[in-house]
Amino acid sequence: MEVSSEYAVQMHGITKMFGSFCALNNVHLDVKKGTIHAILGENGAGKSTLMNVLYGLYQADAGELFLNGEKVNIKNPNIAIKHGIGMVHQHFMLVENFTVTQNIILGNEVTNQFGTLNMKKAREEILKIVEKYGLEVDPDAKIEDISVGMQQRVEILKALYRGVDLLILDEPTAVLTPQEIDDLIQIMHNLVSDGKTIVIITHKLKEIKASSDVCTIIRRGEYVDTVPVADVDEEELATKMVGHAVQLVVEKTPANPGDVVFEIDNLTVKDERKLDAVKNLSLKVRKGEIVGIAGIDGNGQKELVEAITSLTKAESGTIKINGAEIQNTTPRNVIDHKISTIHEDRQKRGLVLPFTVAENMVIEKYREQPYSKGGMLNSSEILAFTKGLIKDYDIRPEDCENQAARGLSGGNQQKVIIAREISNEPDLLIAVQPTRGLDVGAIEYVHKTLIRERDKGKAILLISLELDEVMNVADTIDVIYAGTIVSSFKQGEVDENTIGLLMAGGKINENVG
Amino acid sequence: MLSKILLLIGITMMYSTPLVFGALGGVISERSGVVNIGIEGMMTVGAFAAAAVSYFTGNPWLGLLAAGAAGGAIALLHAIASVTFKADQTISGIAINFIGPGLALFFCRLLFDNATMTLPAHTLPKIFGEDFFQGSPAGNLNVDVTVVLALAAAVILWYFLYKTKWGLRVRSVGEHPAAADTLGINVSRTRYLCVLVSGVLAGFGGASMTLAIISQFTPTAISGQGFIALAAVIFGKWTPFGAYGACMLFGFAQALTIVLGGGDFAVPSQILAMLPYILTIIVLILFVGRSVAPKADGLPYEKGER
Amino acid sequence: MKTLVKILKKPITSTLLAILCGFLVAAIVLLLAGYSPASSFAALFKGIFAKPKYISNVIIKATPIILTGLSVAFAFKTGLFNIGAEGQYIIGTVAAVCIGVKLNLPPALEIPIVVLSGVLAGAIYGGIVGLLKARFGIHEVITSIMLNWIAFYLSNYIVTLDAYHEPNSTSSLPVNESSFTMLLPKWKSSEAGMAALKPNKWLYEVMLKTDVNFGILIAILMAVIIWILLYRSTKGYELRAVGFNSDAAEFAGINVSRNIIRAMVISGALAGLAGSLAITGNAPHRIAQMAAFENNGFNGLSVALIAGSSPIGCIFAGLLFGGLLYGGQSVQQEVGAPTEIINIMIGTIVFFVALTKVVPVLADKLEKRSAHHAK
Repeated sequence: MEVSSEYAVQMHGITKMFGSFCALNNVHLDVKKGTIHAILGENGAGKSTLMNVLYGLYQADAGELFLNGEKVNIKNPNIAIKHGIGMVHQHFMLVENFTVTQNIILGNEVTNQFGTLNMKKAREEILKIVEKYGLEVDPDAKIEDISVGMQQRVEILKALYRGVDLLILDEPTAVLTPQEIDDLIQIMHNLVSDGKTIVIITHKLKEIKASSDVCTIIRRGEYVDTVPVADVDEEELATKMVGHAVQLVVEKTPANPGDVVFEIDNLTVKDERKLDAVKNLSLKVRKGEIVGIAGIDGNGQKELVEAITSLTKAESGTIKINGAEIQNTTPRNVIDHKISTIHEDRQKRGLVLPFTVAENMVIEKYREQPYSKGGMLNSSEILAFTKGLIKDYDIRPEDCENQAARGLSGGNQQKVIIAREISNEPDLLIAVQPTRGLDVGAIEYVHKTLIRERDKGKAILLISLELDEVMNVADTIDVIYAGTIVSSFKQGEVDENTIGLLMAGGKINENVG
Repeated sequence: MLSKILLLIGITMMYSTPLVFGALGGVISERSGVVNIGIEGMMTVGAFAAAAVSYFTGNPWLGLLAAGAAGGAIALLHAIASVTFKADQTISGIAINFIGPGLALFFCRLLFDNATMTLPAHTLPKIFGEDFFQGSPAGNLNVDVTVVLALAAAVILWYFLYKTKWGLRVRSVGEHPAAADTLGINVSRTRYLCVLVSGVLAGFGGASMTLAIISQFTPTAISGQGFIALAAVIFGKWTPFGAYGACMLFGFAQALTIVLGGGDFAVPSQILAMLPYILTIIVLILFVGRSVAPKADGLPYEKGER
Repeated sequence: MKTLVKILKKPITSTLLAILCGFLVAAIVLLLAGYSPASSFAALFKGIFAKPKYISNVIIKATPIILTGLSVAFAFKTGLFNIGAEGQYIIGTVAAVCIGVKLNLPPALEIPIVVLSGVLAGAIYGGIVGLLKARFGIHEVITSIMLNWIAFYLSNYIVTLDAYHEPNSTSSLPVNESSFTMLLPKWKSSEAGMAALKPNKWLYEVMLKTDVNFGILIAILMAVIIWILLYRSTKGYELRAVGFNSDAAEFAGINVSRNIIRAMVISGALAGLAGSLAITGNAPHRIAQMAAFENNGFNGLSVALIAGSSPIGCIFAGLLFGGLLYGGQSVQQEVGAPTEIINIMIGTIVFFVALTKVVPVLADKLEKRSAHHAK
């Protein structure tokens, strides 16, 4: 591609190594001014790495970079900022205990003499931008107190405050509701019509179709193709992304629900700030059924899981498994009552990263025979058990039993957890965000495993922020809003928009049903 | 009674001053994300440098400056280890606690004829001069100039951290270095500077012992104050005034033991001496509980690595 | 190349490099101060190895710091920073003295009771730290620092009590002889003993001129026991899981609070054991007024760090430390260089232990580069 000032960004032949690992190999990207340009690829394909090179966080080992037709060398984010590049990272780069204003001005402060902060003036400047683009936020709120959607606006404001011409959005919709996604796409269009250029990194095909003009596809660090979005459909994009044809819909037979195994009745749980996070929540899960809980982050999902697993106190209400009440006991007791949980936070709650895979496999069983006897561990039994699971669940590398769990890829770490929890042969399996951060292949695997366990007659509770996942996998869909289940549907009864509306606290017209 | 109270105030001020400097040093370092367990060693080096320079030059102010420089020089080691080499900050701090006193005593023996203490040095002045209310109870309020300097340092540090752009940047580096980095703030440089300032302040803390309280360096001049200062940092929730208050409480408890011990009470002095430490634990149980450190405190910042 | 990379990746290589750096820096400081490093180090090594009694004294010096090192290392492995080993050690000595002075039973009973009293006191003292952390969330470093001072003054207070004070001195009474843990304490100074030892000069010197005692054997035994506890038992599995990731451990049904307390009790017990063994094993078998900490616990911190928190490594690190501390005295006597050079050296070693963690990383890079060239 020729270098021209029509292009906001041109990256030619970019190669980036991390040690001996090649994250990017001779990748090209040409972004026309005033367009929304998507970069599509699986987790770990190198999308974020490419953008981090553009933003000066990483240095490319080879390749050239042009902005508006001029060759540039971006050695650090300061230079990127000077060139009018802004980036909204997937994991927000916000200081949690700072206010919105403090986060926005950081590094580019409004000051009086002697470096004293002029917060009043900073606030005014921010409010001006807020009004211009319709990005409503409270400049005095602390980040830890505002919603994820708000936090994302703060990130966009940070970029606008620095006068960006080119805005990079890294997986911006991962944490948003359908309505919030619509708002974001509207904001993106506002920005483009104001002359800005946007690069959006994503692995969600639907949003590319909804928002972008052009799409560049990367696979395993290699450049695949650049296509006008209007000319391709979702299946084509998916095939280019994964490298072979993929099924976008999860295959499964209708559920065959049996007796109620697990029942929550009128549960109320307080959060860290002593507010009701879960309020009078009731739900049931039957044998051979997957119940999915759809909802926006922060509507009580976290507290619900903590209450079920007895990490947090239930203020009132009951949680019953096979008729036995388990609320306000201990995590041990919950496990002993045959409830197993795949926690959303693999690294915090799921695994002890410095432990070996074998040690992680027995973290709930080490006290049982044959894994220990008389208080001493039986390492040969533990290893044999682990090797079996590694084989059954295709965990790689296949000889990883004595390796630290830290060294495994995210997908394989997740497999370790899934293998371990299912090997408990639970009556209820709780899966919280079980596919977070996994690539398409691994996601497919997790979904299939959940359905397989369902078909064996297990009761499964799936809690996910990915609405698609709940819609595709669950047999019963419960919508959680403000700590309570507001509606419950059978799969296929309603469409995504209805659920999205309910997730955001809206009401559906009662007459419809 | 009045004289007892004035005495109490005077001694509280006196004993808390070295702690205040040490704790402020801890605050600035940890606010930038570097745990500084080596305050004790930095204070010892400062205490020696202050006494030695004041003795040889006859100028206690030069001694004070030397103490800051010496504390900063030792802190540089800590910065190199924890920022450049991303080493374990606790280990490096403990090493500083060996190297600091080791160097201080080593050079003390070299310069002072193999003795482990310096000869008496010129001390810093009192705030109202030498003759103010001498002998009267109000004389207790004629505190060392270091007392005022410590208070000033706390105010300046507070203003710096919360009212200036550099303070905002320091705090962001300690909370979320990656966020700071993406906004073009140099994390390494910020941490280097904060650790150096931490050493300088700790050095002043040492000097306020040997140039005001005991007027010479001895092997026990600094014995545990650095660790108490460390506790004050946590106790004071990593804020300048919080740490200042914690040091005052500690100084007060110590003053209480001295005032009570000197009087007609039948409590053995050793039991009284435990008071500040027991009091601290009780206060922690009653009022503080879980304190929240800066999020990135103690964590080396890695970028560009997978 | 491959073997070089392999060698560099071993933890022991980093440690040896750190020790080498310690000597190098000490040499530079000595040179700058106008002393000959060669003769200083010669004096140091002579002070450690020249006579049987020196070697024996090094081992005696090393015994308590191996145990306090073990105490700190064990706490590290369970995610706790036991800076309170100093206080736990002191409390151990105090308990041993309190019991050992008053109680006078046959050695077979007296020795275990006195030694275990120190263990128990240390365990309780460490347990307080664990309890305050588990129950109130108070950082173990603060409580430990406070408790160190409380132990310090408590020890000084006990010394002044009429019941324990040795008149006209700054010390307590010694513990009863029946609690001594030296090798054959009575026999060796009896005529028969002296006669039996006389032919063997080496034994004669070690036995009669130093307090050879069972402490080192117990220290080694404890290192092995702690290793088994940590890596072979279910209790150790729990402790390590909580230490590495208390959130995951809690989620898997492991009781975090109980394990924090348990870890501190064991850690404190080890430091307390160090204290009581120091009383029963070494003259003057008593406690004295302290003007400053004697650092038996703080040195354990360095021992644990040099050992990389390995229980077995603590034995060697403790011996190294004991050697430097004991042999270091000769440097001043023979060369005139301040004995604090040893502190500088120890500090430098610890400092480089922190830095040399990058050695395996460098080795990694080296390996990759050579692999790259090979292509």
